[in-house]
Amino acid sequence: MEVGQMQRRLAEFTKSMFMEGFLDGQFLQLQQLQDESNPDFVVEVVSLFFQDSEKLLNDLTLALDQQNVDFKRVDAHVHQLKGSSSSIGAQRVKNACVVFRNFCEEQNLEGCMGCLQQVKQEFYLVKNKFDTLFTLEQQIVAAGGSIPAMEITSF
Amino acid sequence: MGTAAEPQFHVLAVDDSLVDRKLIERLLKISSYQVTAVDSGSKALEFLGSRGNNGRSSSDPVPSVSPNDHQGVEVNLIITDYCMPGMTGYDLLKKIKESSSLRDIPVVIMSSENVPSRISRCLEEGAEEFILKPVRLSDVNKLRPHMRRTKKLKTHQQEPREDSERHGEIRSQPARQHELEIQQSQHHPSQQVPQHQQQKSSNNNKRKAIDAEEGLSPDRARTRYSGVATF
Repeated sequence: MEVGQMQRRLAEFTKSMFMEGFLDGQFLQLQQLQDESNPDFVVEVVSLFFQDSEKLLNDLTLALDQQNVDFKRVDAHVHQLKGSSSSIGAQRVKNACVVFRNFCEEQNLEGCMGCLQQVKQEFYLVKNKFDTLFTLEQQIVAAGGSIPAMEITSF
Repeated sequence: MGTAAEPQFHVLAVDDSLVDRKLIERLLKISSYQVTAVDSGSKALEFLGSRGNNGRSSSDPVPSVSPNDHQGVEVNLIITDYCMPGMTGYDLLKKIKESSSLRDIPVVIMSSENVPSRISRCLEEGAEEFILKPVRLSDVNKLRPHMRRTKKLKTHQQEPREDSERHGEIRSQPARQHELEIQQSQHHPSQQVPQHQQQKSSNNNKRKAIDAEEGLSPDRARTRYSGVATF
C-alpha cells in the first residue's frame, strides 16, 4: 500500500473511532501533548491505560467473586477505571463505568456482574481499535510518511 | 531587574493513578514547568519535608536533611488529586495549610467528580482552584497567576511581622485574587522593608498594574510562555 493511501486509511479509521463513540475530545488533548520532544506520548499513555485497566478488571473479577462482596471496594476499582478511561478519552469504557458505579451504590450484585462484562467488552473493543490505529501509524512512519494531523475538531 | 534568568516554576503533582500522573506531568512540562510527580499524599509530605527544612530555623521539627542537597528544589505549587486511598487530597491540603513552613505553597485540587460541597470545602480550606478531571491544557493555564503570587509572598516572607496578617487575608479570600493584589499594593508604602526589597516589591506591583496578565517583565515572560506559544 502506498503512503498516501495508508494516510487516508488512518484518517478514516480515526474518524470512525470518534463517530462510533470510542473516543471523545480528551483524546485530542493527548495528541496536543505529543511533540518532537515527546513523539511517543500518546502510545505511552494509552499503553499505561491498557496495563492499568487489565489489572483493575482482574481485581474487579476477584472482588465480585467473593462470598461477601465488598461493594465499596468494587466501587473504588470502578472509580479508578472510570478516571483513567476518561483521561485518555475512551468514552465508551467510561460510560460503562458510570452505570457500573450506580449498581455498586445500590449493592446490586447481578447488576454489577452484568456491568463487569459490559466494561470488559468495551475495554477489549477499544483496545483492538487502538492496536489497529497504532499499527497503521507505525506502517506509515516505516514507509517514510508522516502522521497527518487530526482534522476533527467538532468532538 | 528582569535580566537574571527566571528559574522555572516547580510544581509538585500528586495522583495515585499512573495514567493521570503521566498526563498531568506532561501537561505541566509542556507548559514549561518543572515537575515532580508522586503517587500519594504522604510521599508529597515527605518530599516537602526535606525542602521545608531548607534554610529554616533549627526549631523546625521536620527531620533535617543537609540543606545544601535541596537548594533550588522549591515548590511553587502543589496540584493534587482529591480521591486517593489513605490520605485524600483534602487531607493533604489541610496538612499543608496547618504547617507553618508549608502553608504559603498554593494548592490546587483535581477531581473527576463535580460535587459542589466538596469544591466549597476545599476552597474554604485554602485551595486556590478546583479543577475537574480530565485535566486539559486550558486548566493548566489557570495555574499561572497562583505561582506568581507565591513568588510575591516569598519576598514578603523575609519580613516576619507581615506574615500572620498576610496569611489571614489569603485564607479568607481564596478566590478573590485581584482584590488581594490591590490590597497588597496599597499596603506597600507603610511597610518597613529593607530598601532593595521595597523597590523590588513596588516594581512588581507597578508591572501588575500596567499589565495584569503578564505580571513579569517582558523578557522573563517570553521565556516562560514560549513552551505554550506553539499551540
